[in-house]
Amino acid sequence: MEMPPPDAGVIARRVQIAAALRRLMASPAAVIEAEPARRAYESDGLTAYRQPPLVAVLPSTVAEVAAVLRYCNEHQIKVVPRGAGTSLSGGALPLADGVLLGMAKFNKIVAIDYANRCAVVQPGVTNLAISQAVEAEGFYYAPDPSSQIACTIGGNVAENSGGVHCLKYGLTTNNLLGVEFVTIDGEVVRIGGRHFDSEGYDLLGIVTGSEGLLGVVTEVTVRLLKKPPTARAVLVGFARTEDAGDCVAAIIGAGIIPGGMEMMDRPAIHAAEAFVGAGYPLDVEALLIVELDGAAVEVDHLLGVVERLSRDNRAVSLKVSENEAQRLSFWAGRKAAFPAVGRISPDYYCMDGTIPRGRLGEVLREISALSQRHGLRVANVFHAGDGNLHPLILYDANEPGEIERAEEFGADILKLCVEVGGVLTGEHGVGVEKRDLMGTMFDETDLAQQQRLKCAFDPDGLLNPGKVFPELHRCAELGRLHVHHGALPHPDLPRF
Amino acid sequence: MTRFVPTSIDELREAVATALEAGEPIELLAGGSKRELGRPLQTPHVLDLSRLSGVRDYAPSELVLTAAAATPLAEIERLLAAQDQMLAFEPPDWRGLLGQAHGSPTLGGILACNLSGPRRFKAGAARDHFLGFTAVSGRAEIFKAGGKVVKNVTGYDLPKLMAGSHGTLAALAEATVKVLPRPETAASVLILGVVPDDAARVMAAALGSPHEVTGAAYLPPQTPRAAPLPAAMGVVALRVEGPEPSVVFRRDALLAELAAGRDAASLGDADSARLWRDIGNIAPLAALAERAVWRVSVAPSRGGEVAQAVARAVDAMWFLDWGGGLVWLAVADQPDGGAGVIRAAVGATGGGHATLVRGAPGLRAAVPVFEPQPAPLAALSRRVKESFDPRHILNPGRMVEGV
Repeated sequence: MEMPPPDAGVIARRVQIAAALRRLMASPAAVIEAEPARRAYESDGLTAYRQPPLVAVLPSTVAEVAAVLRYCNEHQIKVVPRGAGTSLSGGALPLADGVLLGMAKFNKIVAIDYANRCAVVQPGVTNLAISQAVEAEGFYYAPDPSSQIACTIGGNVAENSGGVHCLKYGLTTNNLLGVEFVTIDGEVVRIGGRHFDSEGYDLLGIVTGSEGLLGVVTEVTVRLLKKPPTARAVLVGFARTEDAGDCVAAIIGAGIIPGGMEMMDRPAIHAAEAFVGAGYPLDVEALLIVELDGAAVEVDHLLGVVERLSRDNRAVSLKVSENEAQRLSFWAGRKAAFPAVGRISPDYYCMDGTIPRGRLGEVLREISALSQRHGLRVANVFHAGDGNLHPLILYDANEPGEIERAEEFGADILKLCVEVGGVLTGEHGVGVEKRDLMGTMFDETDLAQQQRLKCAFDPDGLLNPGKVFPELHRCAELGRLHVHHGALPHPDLPRF
Repeated sequence: MTRFVPTSIDELREAVATALEAGEPIELLAGGSKRELGRPLQTPHVLDLSRLSGVRDYAPSELVLTAAAATPLAEIERLLAAQDQMLAFEPPDWRGLLGQAHGSPTLGGILACNLSGPRRFKAGAARDHFLGFTAVSGRAEIFKAGGKVVKNVTGYDLPKLMAGSHGTLAALAEATVKVLPRPETAASVLILGVVPDDAARVMAAALGSPHEVTGAAYLPPQTPRAAPLPAAMGVVALRVEGPEPSVVFRRDALLAELAAGRDAASLGDADSARLWRDIGNIAPLAALAERAVWRVSVAPSRGGEVAQAVARAVDAMWFLDWGGGLVWLAVADQPDGGAGVIRAAVGATGGGHATLVRGAPGLRAAVPVFEPQPAPLAALSRRVKESFDPRHILNPGRMVEGV
C-alpha cells in the first residue's frame, strides 16, 4: 500500500512542530512526541498497516482543535483524525509526516433531550455509552456496529457506520440531526441541530461518511429511539445456501422488514458455536437469525409468518427464542463471529462488500472457487437483509506470502461484488484498504467530481490524504474547465 | 431563448455544454410542478428534462428502484403499489399549494427539492432513501455517485448533497431509490380539544411511547380543515401503521394513554389515508391563496411556541406536523411576507430554519427564500456549488442570490 511520499522537511522539523503544538495546548502532556508513546497510534483495526505518526495531539477543547488545524494549515502539515482507532479499513492509519489528532478526550455527553428525542454528545463518547446513558428512560441509539463497546460516535460519523439493525433503523447518516466540525483552516461550522433537514446544501449528509477528509467533528446530535417493547429472534437452518437466500427474499416479499436478519455459512456457524455455544445447529449449510421487534402482538404475528415462510423454503431446523437470555445467546454467536474465526486461524481479514441479494448463491459459489484458487479458507457472515457480505479470509501472517494472498483474495471478492451490481463497502469505509479498487466502481470523472468536493473543504489536501482516493490531484488541476469553443457538436439536438 | 429537450444523457450533456460554452444559464425543468418553489429564475434557456422518463429497473425483493429522473412519481407509485411497496418518505404533492395544477411531480423533482411527507420523522426524508444517481454537472460532465444497493458507504454520499440542492449542482439523469413494503393497514387517533399550549406535550408523549407513531400533527381551532377532521377545535392526530393486530393494539394503547379526560376518536385505514395526504399536501393552508406560506423546521418541542409567537404578531394561520418539528404558516398582508417575525421566532428557539414556500415572485426575489446562513457556512456552500458548477450555469440564484 503506497502512501503519499512523506515530506522529509516536515519530518526533520518534528521537534519544533511538537513544541509549537505544545504552546497551543493547555496541557503540555497533550502532545506526544516520544517514540514509544507515538507508537501506540501506529495502527487501527486494520492491523496489517502500521506507521507511527509525526506527533500525536490530544486536544480537550474545540478551541484547541481549531488551533491545531489552523497551525497545520498555515505550515502545510498533514493531519489524520482518529477516534477509538477501530476502523477496519485503515481510516485512521497515521502518516510519517502527519499530525495524528486524537479525539479521545471529547468524552462527555453534553445534553439529553427526551422531549425532542435526541442527545448531544462529544465525538469521543462510545457508541454504546449513548444507549447506556438513556437506557433507564427506555431509549437507545439505533446504529450498533459490532465494535460498539469501543468505537466512538465521532468515528461512526466519519465512517457512516452500520450494524446488524440498520436494515430497519438505518445507518449513522439516517440517525443524526446535527454536527459541529472544524475545517482545516480552523473555522468552526455547525450544521443541523435538534431539528430536521437542512436550510441549504445537506453538508451533514456529506460530512457523514467522509472518512476524516472534510473536517474534524467536535460535537454530534443523534436521534434517540424508544426501545421496542418486545424483541424475539428465530434461528433457521437450511441444507442449501440458496434456500436461505430464497427465504430472505420471501420474508421481505411478504412485507416484513425484520429488526435484524443475519446469515452465516457452515465455517462461520462452526467457529461461532465452538466459541460461545449459542446452540446453533451444526448440520446445516446456512443459518439465518431473524429478529422481530415491536409490540408483542406484532412480534407474535410476524413470527408466525416467518415460520411459515421458512418451512415453505425448505428450512431443516427452526428455533424461536423463548426468553431474553435465549435471544441474546442467539446473537452472541453472530456478534462473536469475528473473534470466533480468530480462534481457528492465526489471522483473518474481514471484507465488506454489498451485493444485490438475489446474486448471493452465485457470489458464494464464486468465493468458494476463489478460496480454492488462493489456497486460503474463508468463512462468510452476511447482513442478509441488506446484502452486506462479510467474508472472513483466514491466513497466517507468519507464513511468507500469505498476507499478500489474503489481500489478493479480498480484492477479488470486492471486484466480484462490483461486477454483480454491488459496491466495495457497505459499512466499513474505503480507507486505505479499498482505495486502489475505487476505479472498479467509479471512472475518472466520478472520482474527479468527488475530489472537487474535497477541494471545497480542504483546498490543500491536508486532511487524511492517502485515504479513499487512489490518486491525488491538485485542486487547481481538478478545477480547470475544458470548454470547447466553436460549432455546436450535435446540430441534431432538438432546440426550440 | 432556447428550450433544450434532451432524449438521452448524451444529449443532456450536450445541452449543458452548449450553455456552459455560451456562459448562459439554464433553468432545469421536468414536470414543472415545483417551478414556483425557490427564488424566481430569469435564465435565457430552459432545460426540459421531461423526455428522460421511464423506470429502468425495479427489483421488489432487493428494495431498490432505478428510474430516469423525469419519470412521473405517479407512474412509480402505481408500479410500487402493485407490489405492495412504497416510497416510505411519503412524497407530498404540492400542486394545490403552489397553484401549478398542470405540472406533474417527477422523481427527480421530489429528490432535488428533498420533499418528504408526515412519515419523515419516523422513516426519514427523501434524502434518506436516495441511493445513487447519474447526472450532468455544471461542468458538462456525466458522473455517477452512490450505488444501486440499499447499503453503501463507498465514496462521498453525493445523493445526500443532491437532495435539496434544487438543481443548482447537477442535472439528474437517473436516480436509484430505496423502496419499502407498504404497511398492511393504518389507523389514526384524534385527541380532541387540545389547546395550542398543550399540543407539543401531547405529541411528545405519543412519540416518546413505544407505539411507533408514524404521523403526528396538530391543528389549532381556527385553522381550516376538511373531513374527517372535526371543525373548529384543536386536534392532535396520530397515526399507527403495520399488521392489523398490531395497529389495533397500538391505536387502543394510544387512546388509553393519551386521551386523559379529553374526547378522542379514531379513524380507519381510508380516512386515515385521506387525513395524512391532506397534511402532507398542506391542504389546510393551500386554499388561502392570498397568503404567503412558510415552512419552518425547529426542535419538535418548540414548534407550537414559534407558531403562536408569529400569530400574536401578524395575521397567520398555522398547523404543526412531524410531532411539532414542522410548522406551516400562512401569513396575510405583510410586506416581507412575515419573514422578519418568523425568522426572529425561529432564532429565539436556538436553531432551525424557515423557508418561504409560496409567495409572489416579487416577494420571493426580495426576501431570502431559504434561511440565510452564517458567513462561514455560506462561504463553504458557495465553494460546494462551484465545485460542481463553476460558472453558475444551473438554476443560478434558485436558492441564494448570486450562487
